[in-house]
Amino acid sequence: MDLSLLLHDTLAIGPISLITLVGLVVLTIEALHNKTENINCWISLVGLAAALVLSLVQLPTTGTAFSDMIATGGYASFFSAVFAAAGLLTVMLSKSYIKKQSIEHGEYYAILLFAIVGMMLMAAATDLVTLFLGLELMSLSFYILAGFVRRRNESNEAALKYFLLGAFATGFLLYGIALLYGSAGTTHIPSIVGKAGMLASSTMFLIGCGLLLIGFAFKIAAVPFHMWVPDVYEGSPTTVSGFMSTGGKAAAFAAVLVVFAPALVRGVEPVRDVLAVIAALSMIVGNVIAIAQTSIKRMLAYSSIAHAGYILVGVIAANSYGAQGVLFYLVAYTMMNVGAFGILSYLESEDGKNVSFDDYRGLSASRPTLALLMGIFMFSLTGIPPFAGFFGKYYVFAGAVQAGYTWLAILGVLMSVISAYYYLRLVVLMYFSEREQDAPVIAVPTSGLGMAALVLSAIALLGFGIYPSVVLNFISHFF
Amino acid sequence: MIDQYVPIGIMMVVAIVFGIVLANINKWIGPKRPSDEKLSTYESGMEPVKTARERFSIKFYMVAMLFIVFDIEIVFMYPWAVKFKELGLFGFVEMTVFILILVVGFVYVWRKGALKWD
Repeated sequence: MDLSLLLHDTLAIGPISLITLVGLVVLTIEALHNKTENINCWISLVGLAAALVLSLVQLPTTGTAFSDMIATGGYASFFSAVFAAAGLLTVMLSKSYIKKQSIEHGEYYAILLFAIVGMMLMAAATDLVTLFLGLELMSLSFYILAGFVRRRNESNEAALKYFLLGAFATGFLLYGIALLYGSAGTTHIPSIVGKAGMLASSTMFLIGCGLLLIGFAFKIAAVPFHMWVPDVYEGSPTTVSGFMSTGGKAAAFAAVLVVFAPALVRGVEPVRDVLAVIAALSMIVGNVIAIAQTSIKRMLAYSSIAHAGYILVGVIAANSYGAQGVLFYLVAYTMMNVGAFGILSYLESEDGKNVSFDDYRGLSASRPTLALLMGIFMFSLTGIPPFAGFFGKYYVFAGAVQAGYTWLAILGVLMSVISAYYYLRLVVLMYFSEREQDAPVIAVPTSGLGMAALVLSAIALLGFGIYPSVVLNFISHFF
Repeated sequence: MIDQYVPIGIMMVVAIVFGIVLANINKWIGPKRPSDEKLSTYESGMEPVKTARERFSIKFYMVAMLFIVFDIEIVFMYPWAVKFKELGLFGFVEMTVFILILVVGFVYVWRKGALKWD
């Protein structure tokens, strides 16, 4: 390995190098100056926007870098763009939110950026070791971000709970990696996937797959590894919850789709069966429990579990329809969930209140724009056309039917109907219900940057819903 | 397959027995002449004065944490020093990048006062 190759590889993983550099710059500025929140916010925004553009530029040229440890272009670039976009929207929403919560520290942006680097590494991994490195970088950043409102007990609870359970999940994942290495003789993911049919009869390989699946199921918040989700999403700062539920989930699914690639899922029947059970349980448990929630933040946490189930259906389908559906769904889910959590963060009071269903009664009268945007996000989460959420569901379910998993598709559609109850209930409360007379009106400072992020996600949802080919053109040649 | 594990099994049994014997041999064959001083809690020669279950200052954890970071740095630098000539310029650039990243962390903890004891 010589210097020119090093330079070439560093540029080939451009978005990762760039965000790492921006994160370090933000951290240095934070160390050297006082009152850095504004400048750090803008540096992060510029860096993320540049990474987004760079990812899209690099998308057509696929290859590998660093001795075949990291994939470049194509799939990796696509996910880099998704994470950069999610990060961009989150930073835009965060600026006024962290000021309101008195947690305006420059470190917030640095840790957010490092989390994004971890996600990008996960999606780009061609080796189980790289995958693990990215996963840990992302998780450690999230543990800190979850407890960022350190004066609030719920936030501390969220951080501790997430850390303890996350550490266990990481342990399972590592044991799984060890057993996969033991049975396949390599940590190179494409080689393992290539040998999957041969290894399917090896007990060690199956146990390895199972342990790996536990680790991933924890990160994507699938039943029965979902216990942490409601408490962590509820206790974390709202913008962070939004980012965890979108970027974090998308990164975990990116890794799932690399390791449990269509070839492996088709070749190893037990893995497929287990995945089907996990998906079915996630859809049922997430949707049914979400009905009973009084806090919108908790409702979105359970809905996040349910969506993990829908997206898993695409992984189980293991055909090009399903896999493309997963990617499209993740894009749509990122936009709608960042938006929904964004509105929650916008209207949240300084002490973390004003996030229950009752607080949103009659919102259309007092805040028509926010009510309209929230309505769009809720319709999209339900899966109603013409919003992008519909097409995500359409593709994963169509893939499942094609692969002979009609029962999963039927279950998914039934559960979507149940989900309409709690999503649309919010719309009903906002538009057809009066605000109680004695309810205190909470004055919310308007933030241009946050509003821009909400409008952007709503436009993206509508745009991708009407012209899904905008996204599909990028991803059609991956599978 | 299973018989390959036999040596490991024997090794484990030996290890367990060895551990139990070593941990208890003093108790079994040593002379016992207890006194008040000998029976009191050992605290590095200090007089034990209060309960040990008290909260420690976060400073101790901070030092331990920072120690690990720079400890790991040294672990990476030793092999580099041994193979310095063979790795040449490439190794030098790689290590510079690695150390620069750590320097950012160092500047951060320094400026934030994590290295101050008072």
